[in-house]
Amino acid sequence: MASEGDRRADLEVARRSRILGGDARAVGVSLASTIFFFALLAFAITHAPGWPEVRQTFFDWHEFKSSFPEIARAFLLNVKIFSIAECFIVTLALLIAVLRSLPGPVFFPLRALAIAYADFFRGVPTILVIAILGFGAPALQLKHVPTSTTFWGIVALVLIYTAYVSEVYRAGIESVHPSQEAAARSLGLSRGQALRYVVLPQAVRRVVPPLLNDFIGLQKDTALVGILGAIEAFNQSQIDTDATFNYTPYLAAAALFVAITIPLARFTDALILRDRRRRQAGRVA
Amino acid sequence: MRTAAVLLLALALGPAALAANCPTVHSGQLTVGTDNPAYPPWFGGSPGNGSFWKVADPTSGKGYESAVAYAVAAQLGYPRSKVAWTYVPFNRSFAPGPKKFDFDINQISYSPARAKVVTFSSSYYDVNQAIVVLDGTKIASVHTLAGLRPFKLGVQIGTTSYSYIVNHIRPSHSPAVYQTNAAVIQALKNKQIDGLVVDLPTAFYVTSAQVPHSKVLGQFPSLPGGEHFGMVFAKGDPLASCVDGALAKLKANGTLARIHEQWLAKATGAPTLK
Amino acid sequence: MSALELESVRKSFGRLEVLRGIDLGVAEHEVVCLIGASGSGKSTLLRCVNLIEPVDSGRIVVEGAEITRRGVDVNTIRRRIGIVFQAFNLFPHMSVLHNVTLAPRAVLGRSRREAEAGARELLARFGLADKGDDYPDRLSGGQQQRVAIVRALAMEPQLMLLDEVTSALDPELVAEVLEVIRELAAGGMTMLIATHEMGFAREIADRVCFLDEGVILEQGPPAQIFTRPREPRTQQFLARIVAAGRM
Repeated sequence: MASEGDRRADLEVARRSRILGGDARAVGVSLASTIFFFALLAFAITHAPGWPEVRQTFFDWHEFKSSFPEIARAFLLNVKIFSIAECFIVTLALLIAVLRSLPGPVFFPLRALAIAYADFFRGVPTILVIAILGFGAPALQLKHVPTSTTFWGIVALVLIYTAYVSEVYRAGIESVHPSQEAAARSLGLSRGQALRYVVLPQAVRRVVPPLLNDFIGLQKDTALVGILGAIEAFNQSQIDTDATFNYTPYLAAAALFVAITIPLARFTDALILRDRRRRQAGRVA
Repeated sequence: MRTAAVLLLALALGPAALAANCPTVHSGQLTVGTDNPAYPPWFGGSPGNGSFWKVADPTSGKGYESAVAYAVAAQLGYPRSKVAWTYVPFNRSFAPGPKKFDFDINQISYSPARAKVVTFSSSYYDVNQAIVVLDGTKIASVHTLAGLRPFKLGVQIGTTSYSYIVNHIRPSHSPAVYQTNAAVIQALKNKQIDGLVVDLPTAFYVTSAQVPHSKVLGQFPSLPGGEHFGMVFAKGDPLASCVDGALAKLKANGTLARIHEQWLAKATGAPTLK
Repeated sequence: MSALELESVRKSFGRLEVLRGIDLGVAEHEVVCLIGASGSGKSTLLRCVNLIEPVDSGRIVVEGAEITRRGVDVNTIRRRIGIVFQAFNLFPHMSVLHNVTLAPRAVLGRSRREAEAGARELLARFGLADKGDDYPDRLSGGQQQRVAIVRALAMEPQLMLLDEVTSALDPELVAEVLEVIRELAAGGMTMLIATHEMGFAREIADRVCFLDEGVILEQGPPAQIFTRPREPRTQQFLARIVAAGRM
């Protein structure tokens, strides 16, 4: 016997599918006009006077093939950087978001520090932070302080993205209705337990799309670490470009960056869909 | 007979006639491009307060490339007042599309691959690569090419030093490649790289003016066919052959040698690493 | 020893004084129903007992221990008092079973097996035996509210506070929840119930308290309150309820 919840869900789905295109003719029209538009664009581009030169400079297949292997190898450094950075970012940002949510005057210094930190690192351009840390810190010549460019690139990216992601978490935490925390506290859970078991799990699930956005941003910003000298994909593509005066290696690097974000984006869509259903319960009357 | 007449005519009309067959981007003016900052020994003089140029001033006529540019301009019939300098960052020099300069002079090495995209003038300087190290470091006692292999080397992007390292030195660590001269210098000071590979004259400038307690460890043997700097023109630009003619004249009458003596004489005396 | 004592409890929100001196006692195993118009302070009163809202003045004593004293451990108090809200407030990211076992495991330190066994027993007792692995979004409103009650019961409280627990339900689902409450009362649970369900209050309460503008205007056995209310305002209130067809 279908429960009330099942019936509600079925009605929603039926309503939604009507809006999203049960109408085949409308789909056909939009498809046709899209194709026409892009065909027009392609025609305009390929008949531009400078097109042959641009095609040779940016879309040289031979160049692409010859530069791709070493750019792909260099791309492993980008992967390494964002993998390590993301682990730190995800945890540190949560810590900062929790610090900012601590109530009461006794925690004011911590809250103020968290706010100042987030404001500063969201305000300064990423490339500046990388340059200043990457060149400045090793210049201090302190013992036991690593000089590796990969290290400082990761540190800079972690500092910057933790600031952004902490704001995202904070929005997530604040979007969880206070009645959830009230319910948890009324069962006898401490503030910390309520946060850990009830508020944060819900908060994090809600902010998966903006978290993914920031993660993709991080993946792309690993290209900036190249200014510190490390040969990651963008730097390698620049080396190839400058050696041959052909820009196609840039496209090769771009293709690699895009390739990794697509599976991630689809995976996130699946997560959001699964979670949207869960969110319908627990809403407050 | 007719050839002689034409030659006589050309000689009579002098440089003005040359100019008629040598079109420039802005007529009546020679527009020369280079990067900013402009470094010695390629450029000299001090840019005034508020000048766009940093470190050195291309408009001063001082420094090897500045002097060569003005000498070539004079051969083409452009006095100093008719020579304009414009800022061209390295990766714009070979960007497709119409150029806003007549030629770019910026320690750009000729390579066959590059010559497919732009036109190079003939050589105005034959290059040797050299390596700069900090005094008292382990690398400072190396005397052979093979001895360099265990170390971390650095270069500036766009130079052929990178391919030299990768193809001929073949070190065990991949080299570090920096966007600017300042960055690679800082990396050397930070000991993030052990040695900096750069052309010989720049190496001497680095050790004398930019990095204290450094030295030119040595220069590398010339590759077969050698490496040379050329000015960069838009592909197929007829001005290139005019400039080649001018360069030939300057070599023949000793001007180029004199300019070399004046600005690059100090850049000698480094042992060759083998 | 009475289960619950409120003495001269006052509570304001900003300039609005909601509780203006509440005096109330609830004996062990007694079921007391609070009735009154919206805004009369019923919810606030219950939330004060559970310390969700701090009182401005007055005393609250639970099982002989004053909970409004300074320095009292709020979490310990809350283990002994169960509260169920109008809006169920189940945790949507957990299964029903996990909702019920969370607090016993995290707060009482029960093992997972122990907590789950206890939870399944409670769920079965209230007709929810096969819902343990479902998520709240698959349950009807009535089922969710019953789970909320089970969740509070899992902590083995000595006192249950029920805040208009059927007001958000579709009419046909109210009965199943009332059945649960009936069973709890029969089992001897001390309960303080705020409700609009007059018929139910009449049936189940040992005592009915009419709240009006922040004070308990009148209290007594349900038969007396519903048929022979003394205060005019009580009479007016009950008249309105009858006119709305709710009694």
